[in-house]
Amino acid sequence: MKGPVLVFAESSGSQFRKASYEALTEGRRLADFLGTDEYALSIGNGLAAVSTDLGKYGADHVLVADGPDLALFHPEYYRQLALDAARKVSPSIILLPATSAGKDLAPRLAIHMNTGVASECVQLELLGEDLMATRPAYAGKVLLKVRVNGTPKIATLRPNVFTAREVSTPKSPSLDRLPFNKPDSRMFVREFVAHGEKKLDLTEATVIVSGGRGMGGPDNYRILEDLANVMGGVVGASRASVDAGWRPHSDQVGQTGRTVSPTLYIACGISGAIQHRVGMMNSKVIVAINKDPEAPIFGFADYGIVGDVFEIVPALTREMKKFYAKA
Amino acid sequence: MINPYEEYALEQGVQLKEKLGGEVTVLILGPEKSSQVILKALALGADKAIHLKSENFPDEPTAVARALAAELKTVEFDVLLFGKKGVDDDNQQVGQMVAELLNIPCLTQVVKLELSDARSVAHREVEGGSLIVETGLPAAFTAEKDLAIPRYASLRELVAARKKPIATKEPQLFTPMLEILAAQYPPPRPPGRVIGKGVEAVPLLVKLLHEEAKVI
Repeated sequence: MKGPVLVFAESSGSQFRKASYEALTEGRRLADFLGTDEYALSIGNGLAAVSTDLGKYGADHVLVADGPDLALFHPEYYRQLALDAARKVSPSIILLPATSAGKDLAPRLAIHMNTGVASECVQLELLGEDLMATRPAYAGKVLLKVRVNGTPKIATLRPNVFTAREVSTPKSPSLDRLPFNKPDSRMFVREFVAHGEKKLDLTEATVIVSGGRGMGGPDNYRILEDLANVMGGVVGASRASVDAGWRPHSDQVGQTGRTVSPTLYIACGISGAIQHRVGMMNSKVIVAINKDPEAPIFGFADYGIVGDVFEIVPALTREMKKFYAKA
Repeated sequence: MINPYEEYALEQGVQLKEKLGGEVTVLILGPEKSSQVILKALALGADKAIHLKSENFPDEPTAVARALAAELKTVEFDVLLFGKKGVDDDNQQVGQMVAELLNIPCLTQVVKLELSDARSVAHREVEGGSLIVETGLPAAFTAEKDLAIPRYASLRELVAARKKPIATKEPQLFTPMLEILAAQYPPPRPPGRVIGKGVEAVPLLVKLLHEEAKVI
């Protein structure tokens, strides 16, 4: 039998990230194709109780390492536990969500296991036992088809691209505790400081309302926050507005910011320069609101409205409220 | 051109030198034409450079990381700075890989770095906030945007850069682990469509999002 598929189920607090369910769903598909089992690796604090939930997304087994030292992502502790898990189950494939933790961890594992990583994959397919990964490069201008030539094959999966789906008959996974012997480490993870109120991350949001230079100043983002709140989305920003100091860099969508793929991206007062475009062009539907009818964004937005964002956005918020009240 | 994330890393290195002393070495793996990038880095405040020169080195993270680590094993340093990723292949792997090969701590996606007495405090930008991590030195850090805002080189610095030492060597070769089989353009988006002007178009937008695009 082929080695199992091992999936890093990253958590945030006492919950798993949506991107982890997406990776588990994809891992389940690959495991079925290979005729093997899926293992989920759950590392955190207070997760033992909820880890069996991973069976809903297809995990046959859950390896859990739990303890106060593991509450926050510690690159060296997590790396050791992931290597312990891999040693235990000899996976043929390791999948991680392409979150900050997954992207930090995967290359470390590859070095220790003498293999390679396909980063930020948007599609995986198996040809026999060969894992072919499709991943964007040049900020999404090109799609590369790549193959990892070591074992295990390691891939990180771009959030919001793969669909998280519960399996028809939920698994009742066995729960194996991974012993954690705190390794020598010169690293001390002091604390996590949240940016403002806790909200969904841009890369995981299904609706993003983004503002650019046309917003005119930091206070005007309130109208975007209002629209995002009504739609259960989050607010993003263009480079121009981040460089102006109106929004934090963590909100920036584009080449030197985040690459996002929400279901709906509403660009407000954003011209749509290539720098921005490469970060959001994989959104399912793009809406553009801009007073300049010549703005490049109208060349690729699915639905464009020419006009003043300060009139149109509040009107859209009211209309959306009505829509959701009826729905 | 210097990769934008490496510009932040280089600037952070130069600022640390200006504040705490020491010197900044740039290490580059690349072909002959990387000399232009080296000169720019030297003009921006690096003191010397090591050029691992190869015309056709595999553009693959593990091979690059192993070649860099092999060279770094022969160099003494306290702080190793990388850009968090190259903006061409977008792999975001090399910094962590080099650090693992050298067995030193590595903090990725760093937006703020403070150094004192062989300790460092790094702010890592992660989903929804910052993780603040202390670590002993030597250590590696990969730069997030705006770690340190790059300066411009003056003409005088560009001239002076030509006098700074550059050691040229051949990189060690390692087997690539990631193979590119094909490259293609992503499917094009359909051309844009303007549905109207002003607030009058808003009800139509909601209707289209619901009935046509089916996203709400």
